[in-house]
Amino acid sequence: MTTVLEAKNINKYFRKPVLFHVIKDVSFRVEKGEFASIMGKSGCGKSTLLYILSTMDTDYEGELFLNDELVTGQSRQYLSYLRNKHIGFVFQFHYLLSEFSVLENVMLPAKKLAEKSFEEIEHSAMEKLKMLNIDHLGRKRASRISGGEKQRVAIARALINDPSIIMGDEPTGNLDSYNAENVFNIFKQLSDEKGLSLLVVTHDEDFASNTDRIIQMGDGRILS
Amino acid sequence: MTNWKVILNIAKTHLLTKIKQTSTAALGVTFGIGAYITLVCFMTGLNGMLDDLILNQTPHVHIYNEIEPSKEQPIALYDEFKNSFNVVHSIKPKLTQKKIHNALPIIKYLEEDENVRGVLPQVKTQIFYIAGSIELGGNLTGINPIDEERLFNMGDYIVEGSAEALQNTDNGILLGIGIAEKMSLHVGDRIQISPISGEVFPLKIVGFYQSGIADLDAIQSFTNVKSVQRILGEAENYITDINVKLHDIEQAVPLSKKIEQQFNLKAIDIKTANAQFETGTTIRNLITYAVSITLLIVAGFGIYNILNMLIYEKMNDIAILKATGFSGKDVQLIFMSQAMIIGFVGGILGLAIGLGLASFISTIPFQTEALPTVETYPVNIQPLFFIIGFTFAMLSTFLAGYLPSKKAKKIDPVRIIRGQ
Repeated sequence: MTTVLEAKNINKYFRKPVLFHVIKDVSFRVEKGEFASIMGKSGCGKSTLLYILSTMDTDYEGELFLNDELVTGQSRQYLSYLRNKHIGFVFQFHYLLSEFSVLENVMLPAKKLAEKSFEEIEHSAMEKLKMLNIDHLGRKRASRISGGEKQRVAIARALINDPSIIMGDEPTGNLDSYNAENVFNIFKQLSDEKGLSLLVVTHDEDFASNTDRIIQMGDGRILS
Repeated sequence: MTNWKVILNIAKTHLLTKIKQTSTAALGVTFGIGAYITLVCFMTGLNGMLDDLILNQTPHVHIYNEIEPSKEQPIALYDEFKNSFNVVHSIKPKLTQKKIHNALPIIKYLEEDENVRGVLPQVKTQIFYIAGSIELGGNLTGINPIDEERLFNMGDYIVEGSAEALQNTDNGILLGIGIAEKMSLHVGDRIQISPISGEVFPLKIVGFYQSGIADLDAIQSFTNVKSVQRILGEAENYITDINVKLHDIEQAVPLSKKIEQQFNLKAIDIKTANAQFETGTTIRNLITYAVSITLLIVAGFGIYNILNMLIYEKMNDIAILKATGFSGKDVQLIFMSQAMIIGFVGGILGLAIGLGLASFISTIPFQTEALPTVETYPVNIQPLFFIIGFTFAMLSTFLAGYLPSKKAKKIDPVRIIRGQ
């Protein structure tokens, strides 16, 4: 099995308002095709860890590898490129660009990557939407669709560049149980059928218990 | 690896969905640039007119015999007083002839100079205009009318008749409009004039002259050089003044110095004669630019404000763009291009409005006694002003967009996403 994401001895401090050791010597790896969830109490540092793993937060000690490539210490420009190509995001709050159509929202990261032609991007965006059963929403403005639909659009957007890993920060936290289950099923399906790696921070016991592996965090450390 | 198509597309969507704010910002630039173009065209038009009023009529170098005391008094030539301190009281001006010695060879010499566009001889004299028993004092200047019209725009100041008529009429006179009014004279009438020597000559009025300066128009008349020479009973080489027009006005100062030295004559250059004029022009230009720049700075602050607000509104969008792989530079470019688009559209519109207003002003009637040939407000429309205006629009929007966009570049996506 190949390793998609590996963290080695990650330490992080918050300097304001007082020096606080948030992440304490965390090391773990996510294998290809693995569906992992991070659980823990509020304030245990699980989201903080996720944003370090996402390469958006660069203020940490330790080493981070993405597809066996050292990410720590790379330029922001290059990190942007890595995020664009290899990491897909799903947040608690859908975070779509409300002025753009659903299709444009999904296409945007691929347009930025610019590895495919416009037609190819549009085609693959439609495919992703179809896979998530929301292809009929493609032409609608992102601000005009329901919360559950928005989250599925966000998943489609996360998938558009065929990333190595999808990261989620409480992706079901803002959804009712029906939609939450729906999103979980989509994740599960992606993991089982497409062999996609997923790393999801969650509070939801039911959600976590159905994943391949639960990483339990407490007080800045990995407990199990 | 900047992907301009994507960036411009996002910028366009932002601008179009906020069309009200966008157009307010663009209108700020439009008014700034429009006002600048209108002001600068109008002001330089006025400047040009005022300059023409004086400068066109003024020779670049005016050569004549000055009545002045000798610089070296006779006592200085006497060797025995060489080492003493001499005081001379009641110095009188030196008696010289009014005519320029060897005027015709000098004219010929000057005409050969390649800097010189034209050399015109004049004969100036004092006369009386005689109406019955009334004698009005005045000046009569003998000129070459066609050449005066060609080089000094004399035609602009002839309100009736023409320079050709004066050229072609022996014993014709181009009468100052003030005198004509005083004496109720019309073109075709005869007027009697008398030089200081006392004889009376009848001259035929071929036209009226109006310089716009009332005092001058009440005394000044023109006739042919030959007519004046005949009236004064002088020979053909009797020339009192030589006016020189140059190709390049900057050559006036060195040429006048050279002439003074070479011919021992007085030569006044245009810069010395009209020094205060330059000052007026400079100050008017200064005011124009001060007002325009103020307007553009205000417009710039408008753009700055609107972009700042936009960035606050779009915090989430910025975070999501950064999370999905747009770099800080990309985000900065998105907001910079919005500012530049606002500046571009506003600037172009402003140029159009400025052009429209300037053209409109140039059709408004503007009639004044002082300027007989001006019928509408003078406007000077030049491509350079448009280039300057456009450059300034782009520059000010660039600056106004730079600071907010730099802030957008630095926004930390993690803080925004976690802040929710």
